[in-house]
Amino acid sequence: MNRHLISAADLSRDDALLVLDTAEELAQLAERPVRKLPTLRGRTVVNLFFEDSTRTRISFEAAAKRLSADVINFSAKGSSVAKGESLKDTALTLEAMGADAVVIRHGASGAPHRLAGWVRGSVVNAGDGTHEHPTQALLDAFTMRRRLGRLDGLRVTIVGDVLHSRVARSNVLLLDTLGAEVTLVAPPTLLPVAVTSWPCTTSYDLSAALPKSDVVMMLRVQQERMTGSYFPSVREYSRRYGLDADRMALLPEHAVVMHPGPMNRGVEIAAEVADSVRSTIVEQVANGVSVRMAVLYLLLGGAEGKQ
Amino acid sequence: MTGSGAASGTAKGSTGWLIRAARLAGAELADIVITDGLITETAPPGRAVAAGRQVLDADQLIALPGLVDLHTHLREPGREDAETIESGTAAAALGGYTAVHAMANTEPAADTAGVVEQIWRLGRQAGRCDVQPVGAVTAGLAGRQLAELGAMADSAARVRVFSDDGRCVSDAALMRRALEYVKAFGGVIAQHAQEPRLTEGAQVNEGEISGRLGLAGWPAVAEEAVIARDCLLAAQVDSALHVCHVSTAGSVEIIRWAKSKGWRVTAEVTPHHLLLTEELAAGYDPVYKVNPPLRTAADVAALRAGLADGTIDCVATDHAPHPVEDKETEWAAAAFGMTGLETALRVVHAAMVETGLLDWAGVAERMSARPAVIGRLAAGHGSQLTPGSPASLVLYDPAARDQVDPAAHASRSRNSPFAGMVLPGRVTATFLRGNATVLDGKLAR
Repeated sequence: MNRHLISAADLSRDDALLVLDTAEELAQLAERPVRKLPTLRGRTVVNLFFEDSTRTRISFEAAAKRLSADVINFSAKGSSVAKGESLKDTALTLEAMGADAVVIRHGASGAPHRLAGWVRGSVVNAGDGTHEHPTQALLDAFTMRRRLGRLDGLRVTIVGDVLHSRVARSNVLLLDTLGAEVTLVAPPTLLPVAVTSWPCTTSYDLSAALPKSDVVMMLRVQQERMTGSYFPSVREYSRRYGLDADRMALLPEHAVVMHPGPMNRGVEIAAEVADSVRSTIVEQVANGVSVRMAVLYLLLGGAEGKQ
Repeated sequence: MTGSGAASGTAKGSTGWLIRAARLAGAELADIVITDGLITETAPPGRAVAAGRQVLDADQLIALPGLVDLHTHLREPGREDAETIESGTAAAALGGYTAVHAMANTEPAADTAGVVEQIWRLGRQAGRCDVQPVGAVTAGLAGRQLAELGAMADSAARVRVFSDDGRCVSDAALMRRALEYVKAFGGVIAQHAQEPRLTEGAQVNEGEISGRLGLAGWPAVAEEAVIARDCLLAAQVDSALHVCHVSTAGSVEIIRWAKSKGWRVTAEVTPHHLLLTEELAAGYDPVYKVNPPLRTAADVAALRAGLADGTIDCVATDHAPHPVEDKETEWAAAAFGMTGLETALRVVHAAMVETGLLDWAGVAERMSARPAVIGRLAAGHGSQLTPGSPASLVLYDPAARDQVDPAAHASRSRNSPFAGMVLPGRVTATFLRGNATVLDGKLAR
């Protein structure tokens, strides 16, 4: 493994499988009466969140605490950052505190790259702008493998705002590494212009893609896209690219429906789809803790994780 | 190595120089005799006599006419933390420049006769390099109404080039009026071509890299559409358009087409767009953040070909100094721009001469003669090294080669994208009207 996890492309196939296998072992812990390992005792993990994301922060916090790490939550709101402190000065402060790992969520693409140049500890990207969110991709892959038993050859369809989605970027890279076949479905306005250079296929037609999908992953439609002329109206988007019960019926029987959350029920996903047995949305949250434990464990857990 | 360029004063306080054995525009060897600020003689080597002049043994260094930059950000007034006219003209002299055009996006903007005259005077006091102010096209660079172009033209600064650089005059009607209005005093509008709506929040060239990095794309069409429109407007009103920092292959084609029609369109390209590509953004280091952005290798090839065949008239640095804190940030928060004065000739050497696309006479044309004409500079800049011409020239050692170290630059800022790169050449000496501004690669005073 690299010292940092900034992009899903940082992971070789062996690295990625090691994370998933480790997460599988750590998941067993959740069923024990004492859900805590001493592995990272005395190590400090800083959650550095420049964007509000209670879900992701709590997931990383739970993961670090279950490994007995000391956790410092550093939220930009109400801190020196809100008073204009630069990312570099924040990094130097964390460095002085002796952070072994910094989990960073930032609104600017590439902020974790910059941070990695200023701190000695490991940097874990918990979502940067419209770039990547590699632990989300790992937990998604983990969830797919648990539900469907394999990743190699799995047909995964990712639907929605690919252009601005860090979840889509990380998933395309990781799933390609793991041998899955990814199809991106979106209106042409929400695909990057050079998407043909990505290791996946693309389509503008959701209904046509669904019968050939083992997994369909619905992306959240951000509020600001709704006013940016990316599509004429939320209603039209929902009709053409939303997953409702009728469309869900086009999926093969074994197929699952995923969503990274938070959902816009009634926009990209209908309530009855989100709540159906095919939906993995609640599992994804639980799996997130196991996968993030595995990442912290492998990045910080001693010599075997640092080769 | 060829000559050190070290000078030996034989008669302190004399007004003249004898430069021995320089290669004029990289071609024939000659001695150059400078008297009272003028070149008074060029003679076969060994033929000219010192006659009390200081002697500089050029020993086969290349002599080029003093370089002229059409596009420099000197930052004064307003951002003296990034650059001053003093430090910027020192950087210019060290780069071989004897004249620079100071862009108008100062604080306050150079949009009145008072501000352009202040900049012009500060340049005269600095003395190392002529500073020709560029006037803003619109008041406060706001793109709403014309600045007092005529007052700036009539001022002591004699402004002829007008630009809202950094901001595009995107309003077609306003651009048309600006082009028309400057005809009264032989001016030119230098346009930063960037369709604003197509580039909201844009960070890097739109393409494979922008998609991969998750940075908002700056599409080629946003530059090309404005250039096409402006060429048509210039034709419509028979005025002069200068296209700043052309960065795409498509722009080169449009300019070639406009020139084939005989329209009065000129264009510049920056050193960085001739050498660097968008892949450099991959590490998110904002030292590579610039507007227009670094493009693809195919664009670089088209820009080089365009500069070689004359479609692009000249090289202009777009020297854009920024303090460390404006670059030591996340990419999107960082300022656009790169320094360039002290590396421009070396980059052109690497991109155009070492590749066989231009000879040194071609470099002289594109870095001195053409920009002097486009900039409507008073006589004396851009002229060939012949008797009777002002002795503004640069001596350049083409055999030198070393790593670029921004910490050694005279510019107040360190944001050179060439830091750490090994580049050919070294500016050994610069003369402005017979006064040495640089000797032995160092500021002369």
